[in-house]
Amino acid sequence: MKDVTVIVGGKAGDGINNAGLIVTQLLNHLGYYVYMDIDYPSLIRGGHNFAAVRAAEQPVMALKKTIDFLIALDQETIRRHYNTCRDCVLITNADTVKPPKDAQAISLKSILAAETAPPITGNSAMIGAFAKAAGIPFETMEEVFRRHMPKAVDQNIRIARRAYDQIRLVRAVEPCNRPPYPVLSGNEAIGLGMVAGGLSAYVAYPMTPSSSLLHFLAENAEQLGITVLHPENEIAVILMANGFSSTGIRTAVGTSGGGFCLMTEGLSLTGMAELPLVLVVSQRTGPSTGLPTYTGQADLRFVLHAGQGEFPRFVVAPSDANEAYVWSVAAVRIAWKYQIPSFILADKTLSEGTYNLDLQKMGEITVGEPPRWDGRAPYMRYRDTSEGISPLAFYGEKDAIVKLNSYAHDESGISTEEPELVALMTRKRLRKWDLLAEELDRYTVVNTGGIPDSATGLLCWGSCRGPCEEVASVLSLKVVQPLVLSPFPKKQVAAACKGIDRLIAVEGNATAQMASLATQHGIAVSSTILKYDGRPFTVDELLARVKEVIA
Amino acid sequence: MARALITDAQNTWCPGCGNFSLQHTLKNILADREKEGLPLDNVVLVTGIGCHAKIADYLNINSFYAIHGRTIPVATGIKLANPDLTVICCAGDGDAYAEGLDHLIFAAKRNVDLTMIIHNNRVYGLTVGQYTPTSPLGFKGKSTPAGSAEYPFNPVELMLASGATYVARGYTRKMDLLQQLIQRGIAHKGFAFIDVLQICATFFNMTDYYDPRIYELSSHNAADFEAACMRSREWDYNRDAPIALGLFYERLLPTFDDRFRSRSMDADERGKRIREIIEARR
Repeated sequence: MKDVTVIVGGKAGDGINNAGLIVTQLLNHLGYYVYMDIDYPSLIRGGHNFAAVRAAEQPVMALKKTIDFLIALDQETIRRHYNTCRDCVLITNADTVKPPKDAQAISLKSILAAETAPPITGNSAMIGAFAKAAGIPFETMEEVFRRHMPKAVDQNIRIARRAYDQIRLVRAVEPCNRPPYPVLSGNEAIGLGMVAGGLSAYVAYPMTPSSSLLHFLAENAEQLGITVLHPENEIAVILMANGFSSTGIRTAVGTSGGGFCLMTEGLSLTGMAELPLVLVVSQRTGPSTGLPTYTGQADLRFVLHAGQGEFPRFVVAPSDANEAYVWSVAAVRIAWKYQIPSFILADKTLSEGTYNLDLQKMGEITVGEPPRWDGRAPYMRYRDTSEGISPLAFYGEKDAIVKLNSYAHDESGISTEEPELVALMTRKRLRKWDLLAEELDRYTVVNTGGIPDSATGLLCWGSCRGPCEEVASVLSLKVVQPLVLSPFPKKQVAAACKGIDRLIAVEGNATAQMASLATQHGIAVSSTILKYDGRPFTVDELLARVKEVIA
Repeated sequence: MARALITDAQNTWCPGCGNFSLQHTLKNILADREKEGLPLDNVVLVTGIGCHAKIADYLNINSFYAIHGRTIPVATGIKLANPDLTVICCAGDGDAYAEGLDHLIFAAKRNVDLTMIIHNNRVYGLTVGQYTPTSPLGFKGKSTPAGSAEYPFNPVELMLASGATYVARGYTRKMDLLQQLIQRGIAHKGFAFIDVLQICATFFNMTDYYDPRIYELSSHNAADFEAACMRSREWDYNRDAPIALGLFYERLLPTFDDRFRSRSMDADERGKRIREIIEARR
């Protein structure tokens, strides 16, 4: 399989993310499936940022340890990555990097001086140099620049050309026979999916790694016809969202673990008042501030159980941009039809990772509309129907007196402390969960991959699927990935695990939360492979650890 | 046919509670609106948690019986989502001044077009008697048996400093004035704040203290911010002083909801634009 890894490294503020995205697009335009991970510390200027791009003939969603091309804007990049660059093509900035003997160096200073261009355009020179070293035709690069360079395109092309002409071809990256697919981050896929599901308002307080979703939707609010709001804190975020949704506006909030802590009282209100709401929770390393810009999967139990009392919730954990898009559409529809909180559980790897989007191969989750009030007064917001779903009316509708309530309430929404009524309304709410489980069972909510009849399986969720799939194909294992985590798809997980006598849970946490969840539902987990250092599994690392376990 | 404005829910306020005055006042205001041909379907009442909040059960209008301290974000969301609605918040002093103070300040800062009525009885009633942010220094409550160790803050001054565009103080035993202040507050386009000195008959009955000290503002220029600030400091909710009732300040400024007109777009148009964004990433 054609398989190329490129790392672009430099200081925070050097525009490493954008440089990585252009490299990603170059390989995309050569016909490769692409994946990019951005690694950066929690600071604004300085520090070490790097974008790792992997491109292959087959879809990939994980990184390998060894690299083929290293583009170093600073010495730190050499210090950190040169040891994984044994046989790789090295391109450095001659002005800032003491080049190892095998490097090809270009002087950004002299190229930019010749073009009287600002320092940030130095990235274009590095990309031009990379393109030449990788044998990428200049026309391909020019096309990518024209499509994806936000400004000063002509100048950037001239800068790239100067570098292109100074460098010799070292290792040609052979094109693959495939047209370029759209390239999006997980958060962008979530945002567009939610809007496609009918979302009209997004409310959030900045918190990595959810902030890029806030930025993306705010930037595109006008074009997409949505309202984007950034209030004083996450408590206000979820309550404002509740206000929006009470008027019939499909609304979502987004945050990470710490912000979600503040949202839990509002979440419980959402459950009790039966308000539809989508919550995007993108995990980072915890506890507390933890590692703000690194990944983790330690909030599964928190999201499953957050909020006092018992109420139905939907939780989906997509593993890549395609699933993120399709299930974000579904999450909005499910929240709305069932009038429940609906979670999209992501992590930094998915949220800020970059993927090819190929929606053609994805099915659609067609959830119906909620019943509407028939107009006959008196309206009862919490009418107890056989399915538990009450017909909706909103503030402002003629003769509909809509009474939403955080207290235990009767069908009309007036507070009650009557024991029979409290129990009845509790059952009414919980019936929706059963109905949702039934509806979801019509779709594939547990993905399987690898070798279907293998007796050894890897159990994973969310972004861990990427490395698991690759390791499974090397070692001929099966992969089981529950996509929906609440209501837990017990039947489908059991069916997927049939024939597996050794199930190994692979998770980005220290306490094997998915393993315990599966065990709780009668699935035997033999061993666990856990990673809790903030970094995603590389294929090599996971391969070695799985080999240890199955040896 | 005019609708019954009071529900069948059993009223559980204590006899002599100031909440009755506020409920009666709001009922009168709603009845007047209906007479003027303004539909009550467009009115939404948002409450917090506490004795005051039972008004959500008692008034037969749209309501959102929210959680402690959180009336304002809920009300802000409702108003932004549907600016045609008239949104009224009822909150207690523990509710708006302790648990949800940040939201109150932000509502004033943003000038959200809603009416904020604070049922300020200066004590937690429903949790049976603890000091609140407006209880006087030395208040002997169940959590401060030796007397509270902090000064109250002055909500009228605080709201002026925060940018509220309508700041008033009422009293549950001056019902005509109270009705005028709330009615005018609802008519005010912007954030209307009305601190209502409310009698708690069970835990902090201040009738004998308030009655001789209150007076109605007259010859006060409510357009004069400096004069409003000066007047607001006359009584600081702690030391003995005359207590002014009435409108301290009013000014018209653009509202938050005006700047945030919700957009509408049909699903097909949205779908087209989503595809455009995705295609541009190819």
